[in-house]
Parts: sequence; structure tokens; C-alpha cells
Amino acid sequence: MHLAYPAVLSALLFCTGLYGVLARRNAILVLMSVELMLNAVNLNLVAFDVWLSRTAEETLHSGQALTLFTIAIAAAEIGIGLAIVLAVHRNRGTSDIDKLRDTAERHDPDGPDGPGHDARTSGPAGEAQKAEATA
Amino acid sequence: MTLAAAAGLLGSGPTFTAAAETRGFLSPTGVEIAFLLVGLVTFGAAIVTVTTRQLVHAALWLVVALGGLAVEYLLLTAEFIAWVQVLIYVGSVVVLLLFGLMLTRAPIGRSPDADSGNRWAALTVAVAAAAALVWVVVDAFRTIWIDLDGPAAGSTEATGASLFQNWVLPFEALSVLLLAALVGAIVLSRKAKAEAAPPAEPTPPKSTPAPSPPAASTKPGSSPAASTKPGNPSAASTPPGNPPAGSPPATSGPAAPSEQEGTR
Repeated sequence: MHLAYPAVLSALLFCTGLYGVLARRNAILVLMSVELMLNAVNLNLVAFDVWLSRTAEETLHSGQALTLFTIAIAAAEIGIGLAIVLAVHRNRGTSDIDKLRDTAERHDPDGPDGPGHDARTSGPAGEAQKAEATA
Repeated sequence: MTLAAAAGLLGSGPTFTAAAETRGFLSPTGVEIAFLLVGLVTFGAAIVTVTTRQLVHAALWLVVALGGLAVEYLLLTAEFIAWVQVLIYVGSVVVLLLFGLMLTRAPIGRSPDADSGNRWAALTVAVAAAAALVWVVVDAFRTIWIDLDGPAAGSTEATGASLFQNWVLPFEALSVLLLAALVGAIVLSRKAKAEAAPPAEPTPPKSTPAPSPPAASTKPGSSPAASTKPGNPSAASTPPGNPPAGSPPATSGPAAPSEQEGTR
């Protein structure tokens, strides 16, 4: 099999996940897109490991071992991510990542605030923060 | 730089190019045809996953994409990875995602706010990245051939031998990481559960005495008015004799556990 097939498929899947991460608004859909990107990386690792284990006579099987580690880390990541999303949804009433703008730098009053939003930084404080950040 | 590295790799591997010279893209083998077909299905399912407006359908199309990737692993003779993929991703991750979807919102029908406003910018970035990556990858690995004959490169025996001979320390570190993630997920979901638990406690009276006395004993420190509210359902659910002990907030904490110990 040509190595180009799994490599191209991996690149396409990665870019699909990239689009999902950038374009989606629900946090769980963003997590799904992150899973797609991780799987693209796994496919790359497996394909290159199969190639190298035949041609370069390397017996370390680093690609497949790293794939297993990536799968385990992805499982841990999805568990922690969903716990965070559920905690945010319980506190704010939304899992819309466009509405979670507490750490945004803009401080105009018509900014979209999530429900249950606590005291926002006022104008002088926000400017002071901005000046501190730019200094 | 990537192109230079790819050119260097192409230049440094004349044996691979010589081995792959005889095989062209226009005469694919059966494994390649199967890989292409399954790859098309996988890519289409991934596209639908990131573009559909029905959230549950996105999770179900993700199952198709991940299952297609498992078939690709099988075609690449990495069978252990394939079954791990089926077990972990299709079995547990998608179920977790579906639970998350059900717990955050009830996505019956299509939701118009699934996509953000910067969809076209995201599409531009993704298409540009895909074009660049595909061009570089095809240019670099156009002539490299994977020999899939012989014993499987990713059989369970080979994977297990390499994993427990060369990768034992990362493996054990990974188990520690999984434990940390488990504890972290429990802590993250338990803190809000402790806040949400006292208003509604419709548990049977035999099981309530165990969790309710610590809740009643911790509450008087914060505010006496709040302590009577959790005290009353616990007193009502316990056997008679508790209501006089539950009304003073200072004595309800020490009195209730002593009575529980006495009843047991």
C-alpha cells in the first residue's frame, strides 16, 4: 500500500477536526472535533509505524505504543472535558462557548454575557488590566 | 523547511523509491481499493459530524468515522490498535459524549445555533491547511510503499512485547495519569453535586441517616437559618424522637450521630 493513502486521509481528517473546533459553538461538539484530530494523529502514527517496522527493521514499535498512549490520554481528556463542560453548564446554564467571555478583554456594555454572570470588571479596572497587559 | 526535509528524506531513501517505482497509483491493489473506499466513508462521516445541526446525529456519525478508522487500522495490519479503538472510542468515548449531550441540553430536532458566526473563516483556514498538508504529504511520500505482506506488524503479540519490553515506564506513568484524571473528574462533578444535593433528598429512610448527619453538622457553622431546613427533612425521615433534637441547631450536629450510633 502506498504510504500516501493513510497520510492524505490523516491530513484530511485533521483538517476536518480543525474546522469543527473553529466553527462549532457547542462545547461538546468541539470535544468531538478534538477527538477527530486525535484520531487523525493516531492513523498517522500507525501508518508510519507499519512502514518503519518493515523497511527500517526497527522493533521498538514506537508508533503503536504512542497510539495506545494517545488513545488513553484522549479518554482521560474526554472525561475531564465533559466534567468541565457539565460544571460550566450547571453554573452558567449554557455550554455555548461564544457566551463564556469572562476572560475576554473587551469591556463594552453590550457584550454577550452568560446568565448568572458575576460582577464584570468595570471600565477603569478593565483599562488598568489592559494597560497592565500591554506594559 | 518541511519541503526541504521531505526532499532530504526523498534523497536519502533511494531504496524505498526503487522499491516503489514499479507500483503506480493507477493500478491499485485490493487493499488499496478497500482502504480508499473505507477512507471515503470515514471522511464523509467526519464531514457530516462537523457540519450537521443535529447534535445527536453528530455523535452517531462520529461512531461511523471512528469505526471506519478501526477498519483502516485493520487494513494496515494493526489489529490490536483496531480493537482498542473499537473498545475505547466507539464503546466509551461516544457514550460519554452522548451522556454529555443529554445532560447539557435536550437536542431533539435541529438546533440552529450549532455553528458559530465565524464559520467561513474556519472553513477558509481548514481548506488552506488541508491543501497545504495534502500537497506536502503527497509530495514527500509519493513513492513510499508499505509492505503489508508477511506477519502482521501490529499483532497483539508484537504490540504487547514491545509495550512491555521498551515502554514499561511510560505505560505505568500513563496509569498514574488515568488515576489522576479519574480523581479529577470525580472532584469536578462532585462539588456541584454536594451543592445540589440538600434541597432534594427523596431517599428512603434507612439510607438517609448516613449522609444527612454530616450535612446537618456542617451547616450550623455557616448559618443557623439554613441549618433548620436540611435538619427538618432528615428529622422527618428518621424514626420519631428526633424533632426536638433537630430544632436547636447547635446540638443537632452532635446529637444526631450519637443517636445513629445508638440505633445501630
